[in-house]
Amino acid sequence: MNYKDLLRKDKMPHIWCPGCGHGMVLSSFLRALAKREYHPDKVAVISGIGCSSRASGYLNFNTLHTTHGRAIPFATGIKMAKPELKVVVLTGDGDSAAIGGNHLIHAARRNIELTVIVFNNNIYGMTSGQYSPLTPHMRLATTAPYGNIDYPFDLVKLAEGAGASFVARGATAQPRHLEKIIGQGLDHNGFSLIEVITQCPTYFGRKNRMGSAVDMLQWQRDNTSTTGKEGKIPLGIFVQEERPEYCANYHHLVKTVAEGKGSE
Amino acid sequence: MSRRLIQGNEACVEGALAAGARFFAGYPITPSTEIAELMAERLPVAGGVFMQMEDEIASIAAIIGASIAGTKAMTATSGPGFSLMQENLGFAAMTEVPIVVVNVTRGGPSTGTPTKPSQGDFMQARWGCHGDHPIIVLAPSSVQEVYDLTITAFNMSEKYMVPVVLLYDEVVGHLREGVELKGTAEIINRDFPLVPPENYRPYATGDGLIPKLAPFGSGYRYHMSGLSHDETGFPTGNPATIENLLVRLQEKIEKNRQDIIKYKAIDVEDAEVIFLAYGSPLRSALQVQKQARARGEKVGLIQLLTLWPFPHELLTETFARNNADFIIPELSLGQLADEVSKSVPRDKITRVNRNDGALITPAQLEQALKGVMK
Repeated sequence: MNYKDLLRKDKMPHIWCPGCGHGMVLSSFLRALAKREYHPDKVAVISGIGCSSRASGYLNFNTLHTTHGRAIPFATGIKMAKPELKVVVLTGDGDSAAIGGNHLIHAARRNIELTVIVFNNNIYGMTSGQYSPLTPHMRLATTAPYGNIDYPFDLVKLAEGAGASFVARGATAQPRHLEKIIGQGLDHNGFSLIEVITQCPTYFGRKNRMGSAVDMLQWQRDNTSTTGKEGKIPLGIFVQEERPEYCANYHHLVKTVAEGKGSE
Repeated sequence: MSRRLIQGNEACVEGALAAGARFFAGYPITPSTEIAELMAERLPVAGGVFMQMEDEIASIAAIIGASIAGTKAMTATSGPGFSLMQENLGFAAMTEVPIVVVNVTRGGPSTGTPTKPSQGDFMQARWGCHGDHPIIVLAPSSVQEVYDLTITAFNMSEKYMVPVVLLYDEVVGHLREGVELKGTAEIINRDFPLVPPENYRPYATGDGLIPKLAPFGSGYRYHMSGLSHDETGFPTGNPATIENLLVRLQEKIEKNRQDIIKYKAIDVEDAEVIFLAYGSPLRSALQVQKQARARGEKVGLIQLLTLWPFPHELLTETFARNNADFIIPELSLGQLADEVSKSVPRDKITRVNRNDGALITPAQLEQALKGVMK
């Protein structure tokens, strides 16, 4: 299957700015998905609010564009009601780590089979450039004109600490690597989180004098490592463990109760 | 059919299961918690899903998700949790996803008086979320009515593709009464699309007003968004398309007021004084009205079962015919009476208000009645 056939081409052009990395995240995701040959009727893509979350509308699946920060609990309801669906959440750094942070950690804790792809561009793009919980310390944003005194989450460590059984990080500068780790996330029977470093030349890049999209991709190349180099942002799979999955646990509970063997 | 002595909150669970609810997500909060507890016990046995979520926002999100996947779904909460649910309640209204939200009301604002009844959510239930939006609010006053109206709530939500709020106060929720659990209640399920998937436009309603939304995973792939959207569900900024959507959302309720608005009128035909109430104050009003009639006084009573859409036509007609005085007892400082004053002149309305957590007693209403009669 050609991954481009998974797009709603009649809904193009997309809303993203020239140079935005979100299309690169989306194409990596779709390439990974196309190789797995799920029936499109059996895939649900749920998103929140923000630039990244507009991605769901361009995909020819069951797609749901929810409220800010809440994609994960919407997805949880869909997955629990229809466990046979492949449920993917597309979200941003503000959507998942700020307003939706509580839902993220609790879904990780439950180990429910959702593939959560976080488009991390370090900024609120849709509202034109405010700092997010993933904006690095002392970087600039419209709401941090003198520098951001907050410290960012390490989303990988946060998800791991919350109990996620699959945690990975990729970058738009490494699209093949990204495709590979998203694919492994899709294959994972449990909660998977894939943080993707993506560039926002319009707001984060311009505010922080990082140059063009190409310059920002070069920055990613210079500052990330897939081989664990000292002082670089590590890319790769950090957690990949087989643990009992939530829907399966619930199914088992129901079966036990039906057989009259519920724990006393 | 079986008769049982149960609590209002238990009757709610029985009604929901009878209506076909198979998904509940909630968060503990007084005085609604018994609903979650009983659902946790019953749903796994009934082949359904129970989930305790991390908060009320997640709870309503999860039930909307479950309903989008085709399962009848419900949550239950009280004032503080209901406040947290407002944004996603608007999402369900905008995307036309049927859900039932139970709000067992307690004193507010803020944490307020958790274990005491209140009717301070009358307006929040209608206008809590931003924007013009459709919603139906039902209000049982007895345990039997909790059972019956929970079924009605699911039926209306499926029929009109709209969120329905079931609003009853702490006293009705914790009261124990004998209830007929009817096994044969009429159950309505949402319509499935008639067109094949390749011609499907989820929000194209043709000559009707109500969309046929296919459950996710059923072979109809489409987009659903809380943004103002066109007939395909895709976001739009086109003013005409936005207006069409928002007007249709309003009309699908307004043009069906006769079906949606339910009430009980007792001895109203010749009444010179009419009690108008719902919830626990209604129970005191019923007693006083009955005693007054026994004394030969022309006193009637209107019990509201549907709060929203509000039955203005009923009150306008009743007032035009009877020129009656209205006594409105409520557990708030006048949210209901203010709404009534749109159809009944203010000088014909006597307010009996309490918001201290105590009940409005028959003695209080006797006194109010004497004041009006003299």
